[in-house]
Order: sequence, then C-alpha cells, then structure tokens
Amino acid sequence: MKKTGILIELENGRVKETSLGMITLAARTEADLHALVLDGVDDTACDILAQYGITTVVDLALASDPEIRLNPAVRADAAAQAAQKLQLDVIFGLSSADGKDFIPRVAALLDAPLVMDCLDVDLEKNIARTSQYSGKVLADIQLTGDVVIFGIRPNAVQPVPSPAQTKKITVPADNTVPADFVLVSWDDGENSSRTSLAEADIIVAGGRGLKNKDNFSLIFDCAEKMNAAVGASRVAVDEGWVSYAYQVGQTGEKVNPQVYITFGISGSIQHFAGMKTARMIIAVNKDDNAAIMANCDYQVQGDVFEILPELIRQL
Amino acid sequence: MQIYVCIKHVPDSAANIHLLDDTRIDEKVAFLLNPYDEHAVTEAAALKKKAADSEIIAVCIGKPDAEKTIRTAMAMGADRGILVETDEACDSMTTARALHAAIVQDGSADIIFTGKESIDSEGMQTQFRIGALFGFPVVTNAAFLDVTSGKAVVTCELSGGRTRTFELALPCVVGAGRGLNTPAYPTFPDVVKARKKPIKTISLDSLSITPAGGSAKTVALAPLVQKRHPKKITGTPADQAKEIIRILQKEAKVLA
Repeated sequence: MKKTGILIELENGRVKETSLGMITLAARTEADLHALVLDGVDDTACDILAQYGITTVVDLALASDPEIRLNPAVRADAAAQAAQKLQLDVIFGLSSADGKDFIPRVAALLDAPLVMDCLDVDLEKNIARTSQYSGKVLADIQLTGDVVIFGIRPNAVQPVPSPAQTKKITVPADNTVPADFVLVSWDDGENSSRTSLAEADIIVAGGRGLKNKDNFSLIFDCAEKMNAAVGASRVAVDEGWVSYAYQVGQTGEKVNPQVYITFGISGSIQHFAGMKTARMIIAVNKDDNAAIMANCDYQVQGDVFEILPELIRQL
Repeated sequence: MQIYVCIKHVPDSAANIHLLDDTRIDEKVAFLLNPYDEHAVTEAAALKKKAADSEIIAVCIGKPDAEKTIRTAMAMGADRGILVETDEACDSMTTARALHAAIVQDGSADIIFTGKESIDSEGMQTQFRIGALFGFPVVTNAAFLDVTSGKAVVTCELSGGRTRTFELALPCVVGAGRGLNTPAYPTFPDVVKARKKPIKTISLDSLSITPAGGSAKTVALAPLVQKRHPKKITGTPADQAKEIIRILQKEAKVLA
C-alpha cells in the first residue's frame, strides 16, 4: 500500500477546508494517509483529520518564533526530512499562495518530480491533470520516481468525510534557520482575515469599467458583504487602483472559486486564463459585446454604478 | 558581478493554441520572451547600472528558434547569450540540470535571475531546482530587490497583499514577479545592437548531465474549451441585484 503524506495548511490553528479536499482526493486510491502538520496540531485538529480519513497525524513541531516558522526554507527542510524518515511514496500539498513558495522547495530538496496546480490526480498511474498555456490546454502529466509530489489547486476537490482510526506521532523539525536565507520582516496585509484569492468561494472582481480608484472601493464593499475575496483585471492594477496582489489572470493569481462575479471586466483571453475554471461566472457589464458576456453563466447588462450599489444595499 | 538570467521562449499568451496530436502543440504561433523573464532581465539591467563592471548572460534551453528570445533579452540589456539546444521537451528536473551545467561551464554566478514561472508549462519550480543544484538560497515572486555588499535583501509577495522580506547571502537565485519593476521595451537602436552581441550555442548532449532519478512526462493534452451558455438577467438594477443574490443563495449556495 502506498504511503501518502499530505501537507496540511492551518488557519488560526484550524484545518483549512482546502486541506481536507486534498485528503479526499488522496483517499480515492487505497493508501496509508499521513497528515503532515507544521504549525502545531491540537486535539480538535486531530479529530477533524481523523474524520476525513487520516491514519497518522505527524506533528513536525516547528518552533513558534515567526522568524523560524515563517521561513520557507525551514518549512521545506522539515517536510523533506519527514518525507524521508517516513519513507513516503507520494506527497500532496496545496498550490496556494504559501504553497507556491513551499511545495517546489520540498521537491527541489528531495530532487523529486512535481506537478503544481493539479485539478485532479490519478494515484494508480501517478498522472496529474493541470492546465497549461494560459488555461487553454489541459495536460495530463505522469510522474516517475521514488517519491512523487503533487501541488493541488485549492477547491479542486470538495472534502467528503470518511472516518478513520488515527494515531499521532512527532517527527520534530530541525528548526535551524540557514545562515544564507533569513526572514527579516513580514507583513500580513492591512486585513489578514480577508479571504485569500486562491481559496475563496466567491470572488468579486473589478476592471476598467470602474473608472478610478475611489469607485473600485465599491468592489471591496460588495466583497465584504458577501465574505468574498477581491479580484482585479490587469487594467485595474496597471492604473494603480489596487495592488498587484489582487490581479487575476495570466500574470496574476489563478483562481478556482465557486462563483466569480465581474464588474466592468471585458474578459480578455489573459484574464480568462486566471479564472476560467470557476464553477459559475456572473458578468456585469455595460457592453453587451464584451467577450465575457458570451462566456459566462449569467450576463447582467447594465450600469455597474447602478447595480453595484444596489447589490451592496440588498446584501 | 556575473549576473545570469534564465529565460524561456514561450508562445504568446494571446495566441490560439492548437494541438498537433495527443502530446504536442502546433508551434506555428508567435513565440516570445516569457513575460516574467522580462522582469528578470530588467532587474539584471538595473543591477548592472549600479555595478558597472557587471556582465549579464542570458541562458536559455530550447530549439534553435529560441535565439529570437535571447536577442530580445539582449535588446533589454543582456550582454551575451547561451543557448542550450535541444529538440526534446525537457521536464523541470532536466531543464534545471541543463541550466546549472551551462552556467557552471561558463563562469561563476553572483546572482541568478529567473521568472517566477513560465506561461506555457506553468511549472513554478525550476528556480528552486537550480538553487538546490548550486546550493544557493532561492526566493520567488520577488517584488523588491536591493543588492549591497555581498547580500541581497528581497521582498516577495504572497497573495492578499502579504509580503515577506528576506536577507540572502550571494550567490542566490531570484524568481522575478510582476511587482519587481516595469520592463522598458527595447528601442530600435537596442534591437540593432542586440544583433551583434554573441550567442554561444551548445547542445544539451554535450553538457552530459547526470539524469534525474525521477521524471515528469506529458502523456496527454486536450484543448480546454469550456463553453458556457449565458442566461440574461434583466430588469431594473434593483431587480438585477435581487436576482444575483437569489442565484448566490439558491443555485450556487455560497450565501446564507
């Protein structure tokens, strides 16, 4: 039986939904499922992991000092060492914002093949499905090697409970900060509780049609009422209305929400590259001929400055 | 300083991609310098301005046609180029080994730039593998870089406006993000000058790299067509807003 290690992401000490989705994906093939937890695992977290089918919870016991705990080189070293000690055959991690600076480090340390941003994985054949060429092509990539690694796109799989007997072990991390790679400061943003783009269920996105930075704040207001994340087109970023961190598209974040709602976005091929896998797209645009109006699930033709305030009022 | 920039020759993000068969795309489309690599070259050029005795070497693995992309990097500031020629589609493990071997053969790197990812295969990992092969520290999605007295201070972006600032010893590997700078597109004289700069072409075989223990192989490609059939939401703005909320609650079930 394969031994699969799943790198669990927590948020305020709780297991993220998207992490549970990875367990469900890994459990499709009979395997001994290990949850690798770097940031401390309490009984509640253990129970949740057990409910979704984890047989061994592995506490990597990372030091709590942020200079150590937030250093991606320290994290990757801890994960890679645990993978070797536990003799894992397969590693799953989230292709999230943090995962993109973590999973490939683990792969590089282990010199193991990796596919990031997997939409699906067949563990019988070690074939991952991912999108390439700006979301225009679906690629099936087969990995070979002693250990193979898959970065799973958040929300690719909905978690399904599948209770198992769980034991907890500790494989302590080295907790040594490399002298050549030191974290000196970190900024968790003005509002760290704001839902992250890559993992949001709903994204409210604005583009050229918002016309200026002040108007763009309507997008933030609407998103807050829906508990949604904020996205932006490249135009909105280039105009300086929002920072690059909000950009969705070819050269921005690739997102996979349940619902993607656009206001004043025309829908360039590069924008679609970042959001075309959304389950539902609702497009609000003045122009009936905008590309996005032909490739969405609901088209709302109208004035963004009438509909957006109305929506905020009714929510 | 000896500055290496690893670049990739990729199809234009606006190109329509057609498939020749199950594993190959039709390459008769416009190819250009990977957009993130533009930021990498731009940052290398900015660094050279501060340390005038620097040399910028653009390194690329690909088919002979990739020379065009090396010329673009040269027009943007690279002094010379190295093309590791191969007709094979290489996975990230092989690519990193080839780039590592080509750089080792050429000189001694003080800093290596890459883009944070390529827009064709979107692997997001080659910079880390290059770093591991050299034993250099690596950052990705860099948005700010300052190099002084043997060290680099780099701020990297995560999502949602979160950042991390690292201090790295040189040599190091920096994966450029879009926030790093604004690439200046080459002027005509720059393009002309770039034509005369030297490119060393070496075959992948001649590097005799040790094969990786694992591999990643594309076994199937399929066009991702997701034709949606839009339904119209009409009425007054108030009606339209109400209907959007109804859909979010009842159909998508994402609102309580």
